[in-house]
Amino acid sequence: MKLLEYQAKEVLDSLGIAIPPGLVARTADEAAAAASRLGPVAVKAQVPVGGRGKAGGIKLAGTPEEARKAAELIIGMDIKGFKVPLVYCEAALEIERELYLGFTVDRDARANILMLSAKGGMDIEQVAEESPDSIARLYPNPWRGPLDFELAQLAYDAGLGELVRPMTALIKKLYRAIPDYDALTAEINPLVVTKAGDIVAGDAKLEIDDNAAWRHKDLEQRYGAVIQGDPYEVEAKKRGLTYVSLEGDIGIIGNGAGLCMSTLDLVQRAGGQAANFCDIGGGAKAEVVENALAVILMNRRVKGVLINVFGGITRGDEVAKGIITARDNLQMKLPLVVRLSGTREEEGREILRRNGIEPGVSAWEAAQKIVELTKAGVR
Amino acid sequence: MSILVDSTTSVVVQGITGREGSFHTEQMQALGTKVVAGTSPGKGGTTHLGVPVFNTVADAVEATGATASGIFVPAPFAADAIMEAASAGMTLIVCISEGIPIQDMIRVKDFLHGYPLARLIGANCPGLITPGQAKIGIIPQRITTPGSIGLISRSGTLTYEVGTALSAAGMGQSTIVGIGGDPVLGLTFRDVLELFEKDEATTQVVIIGEIGGSDEEHAAEFIARGSRLKAVAFISGRTAPEGKRMGHAGAIVSGNRGTAKSKEEAFRKAGVPVAETTDDIVGLLR
Repeated sequence: MKLLEYQAKEVLDSLGIAIPPGLVARTADEAAAAASRLGPVAVKAQVPVGGRGKAGGIKLAGTPEEARKAAELIIGMDIKGFKVPLVYCEAALEIERELYLGFTVDRDARANILMLSAKGGMDIEQVAEESPDSIARLYPNPWRGPLDFELAQLAYDAGLGELVRPMTALIKKLYRAIPDYDALTAEINPLVVTKAGDIVAGDAKLEIDDNAAWRHKDLEQRYGAVIQGDPYEVEAKKRGLTYVSLEGDIGIIGNGAGLCMSTLDLVQRAGGQAANFCDIGGGAKAEVVENALAVILMNRRVKGVLINVFGGITRGDEVAKGIITARDNLQMKLPLVVRLSGTREEEGREILRRNGIEPGVSAWEAAQKIVELTKAGVR
Repeated sequence: MSILVDSTTSVVVQGITGREGSFHTEQMQALGTKVVAGTSPGKGGTTHLGVPVFNTVADAVEATGATASGIFVPAPFAADAIMEAASAGMTLIVCISEGIPIQDMIRVKDFLHGYPLARLIGANCPGLITPGQAKIGIIPQRITTPGSIGLISRSGTLTYEVGTALSAAGMGQSTIVGIGGDPVLGLTFRDVLELFEKDEATTQVVIIGEIGGSDEEHAAEFIARGSRLKAVAFISGRTAPEGKRMGHAGAIVSGNRGTAKSKEEAFRKAGVPVAETTDDIVGLLR
């Protein structure tokens, strides 16, 4: 789960890291009220994606009236597929310099990597490409976390020797996001040194591991509902499905992530475009198929559905019966192609045929068939 | 011949009395796998599926001398189960459990540095099978045939798909290894390739990769440095959008990293043909 900026800052605050004074506003009136309490503010769109500044999602407001106007423009705006549910009004900082501090999972090293740089306020990927030496790196021991001397070395390596003491303390606090919140990525960019000499989180990004949600039920409850992503993804999550929305018009259901991904690839190869990724897992149970179909059919753009089930142990005849029950319960009229394989696959295919569904023997054949049917507009 | 597991490997099943553990232990036994013990805390001293059950892996090892473990416990307990197996002296640990927190796995990986003989497969994987001999995990025997092709995959069902196609074409397999779909996992493509390289019975390998990370690129580098194995690769996720996790925790393109294109190019540069679809793999092996 990627947290919104104000949520990430609440987490930082709970770890003892300084954040600028700020207030959440769900309406233009609330934004005006926030500005009258805080003074000049930045009105910032709250979406879990980068690039919101370029998209017009951040506006400076000197007065409550300006804050109201900014919020009116920003709330409800669409930024990279996310509807802005609210804005965060934050007091402007007196900036002396901007630094970068963050950690992420280094997949190659199978470890967390802490990064500190004197070049803040820029895209860190770009900094890494242009001047890799300006980023100091540390792989903390995952059992005990970073030690003082290691963090001092990190600060010296980043050319921030004069800030060794406050930096050491600050990074230790940020690192707590790993054991306390199962954070996978945290980024404070910029980390602002103010004219008064305070070190404050100017922006904050935080991603929490979904696999660890059972350890942090409170976080999901507090923050999960605020992020207004794609409506189909939201509905799929409610139904416990692994689902990702895509741009095309052919609904896809597959069992297993790799198989499902390769099904999307096959559809594109056949000249079509998938509307979604939906992995229903190993067993392909009837009620799961029905849930998946229900979510896919919510999307009006969908012109047809391809189901690709490769059963290792799953019985083909049972999968076929489940698919037919789901189709009938949902009164689905759109073209449906099913690729079915596994034990008793012939019986399964026969059941499909008897019920007016064309079975495909191979996934490639099935992909071509659904593309053909949806292009022809067959109903 | 084969790698990692054969008919002589003595296996302990962690979580043997659970639903998944029970079902798959029976499947493993049906193939002839030497399942010598199971563990289930509090059920030590009982017998399940004809196998003695112990409270801990250390107890099971002391009584039976088992050297390999299959883990079928729920994700919240799986990281500890892996470390328990390593500390009890297991040399092969196969973790099927899906959904282990990534920070748990990072700590496990660090812990395993203290046990250089322990090889971990997974987690979030279907395990491995040496056709006709033994398996640890959930790969169905019916998709396999004994032979000389090594198969390594990040995906469960794609492994079944490709195994079936190979078997139907009369191309048997030496060992099939599902390394798993998590971002932080045990053996990598490269590690398993090294094992196949040393296994004389394996002459060809099929690598089934997917988007995310750079393990496929490292595998390609390994082959480029000179391998006697004839390899064919397939990558799923060509059409996956940036920044979205496609089912597997590890299947994500971040910025311009971890793309199918980069992986396919790495393999082609190493002289490894890349299959357009899984149906093309058989033809490329011929």
